[in-house]
Amino acid sequence: MTLEELQTIIADTLSCDKEEVTPEAALIDDLGADSLAVVELQMNIEEACGVKIPDEEIEHLKTVQDILDAVDKAKAA
Amino acid sequence: MRGLTILATGGAMPSRTVPNTYFEKIVDTSDEWIRTRTGIESRYFCGEGQNADILAIDASRIALEKSKLGPEMIDCIVVATISGRYATPSVACMVQHALGLRENIPVLDVNAACSGFVYALETARGLLECTGGSYALVIGTEQLSKMLNMEDRTTCVLFGDGAGAAIVKAEEGAFYAADLGARGGLAITTGGPGPDKSLIAMNGKEVFRFAVEALPTCIGQLLEKTGQPLSSYKYVICHQANERIIEFVVKKLHAAPEQFYMDMKTHGNTSGASIPIALNELEADGCLAPGDRIILAGFGSGLTWAGAALTYGLTGTPQE
Repeated sequence: MTLEELQTIIADTLSCDKEEVTPEAALIDDLGADSLAVVELQMNIEEACGVKIPDEEIEHLKTVQDILDAVDKAKAA
Repeated sequence: MRGLTILATGGAMPSRTVPNTYFEKIVDTSDEWIRTRTGIESRYFCGEGQNADILAIDASRIALEKSKLGPEMIDCIVVATISGRYATPSVACMVQHALGLRENIPVLDVNAACSGFVYALETARGLLECTGGSYALVIGTEQLSKMLNMEDRTTCVLFGDGAGAAIVKAEEGAFYAADLGARGGLAITTGGPGPDKSLIAMNGKEVFRFAVEALPTCIGQLLEKTGQPLSSYKYVICHQANERIIEFVVKKLHAAPEQFYMDMKTHGNTSGASIPIALNELEADGCLAPGDRIILAGFGSGLTWAGAALTYGLTGTPQE
């Protein structure tokens, strides 16, 4: 998954501007996500790229880059 | 096979309105937290002398009056509830007695939690099929306020009490399809009915995932079975658990948001009662006209899901 694809999914899920979704942006503190939004995001990523990010892992992911890394890791596994 | 048509509905809400701020004094929560995560602003709780069977009786009386049918014309009662006063007699038995319905008809409660009303509808269709009857009284009623764990801020803020009832008619050739299922698991649990304390526990994340997967699949099945596109339905009435679940489903189905009715703002999650309460509100607000096609879709504890596609209202006068 490219950064741009992830940015589109995040902006769509959290209803925020794509420009705000920088690699350093924190999902909860910067982009206004709450715990349910993280689940929504998890499901949308799953659907878009066919990999599952486990619940226990997603809780520790803070930024957009963290998620991108986790998706890449899950894809490689 | 005969399909079901909804002839009339009734509703009964308890007297006590409980705003989100009520919970701020009990658990670590806030009105803002509850609103943004659930869409709920207030709910009704039963007051002194109110309970699931009394609400069911009130709602049924209204539905029966509106249907213009005599009590002797009702051929079965099926009640969706997980919070009746007793394990037995069933709420259905209490309604039969209170409304003076015939004795030679089957009356029973079904337990499918938040999918309960549609499970009850399908059960009623089966009973009418078996007995050759024409009219059923189908009810959803809950007093969940007595089952709340007031130390659990993730669940106690979600639920409310209330009842809705519908009189349905089985007719050859009626537009009708249903899709029911279950994925047995413990994501939502409560104890049994009866006087013992039985509190609601729920894994919200797991239920959210289940709901947003089950609802679009169930609705998709109904569209396939009826051969009609989503746009041909006036309303989709989902179980009113959480605004965020319905919004997610709307997005996933690329549907028009206004087609998906929502009233959890003022009712909270009333489990098996949420769909008939919503139906009754739509009817009371004049939003439904005879001949309108609607989809009902429940999901919840069990885990279960259940959907039905059917027509609201007869165009002629109901006759024997």
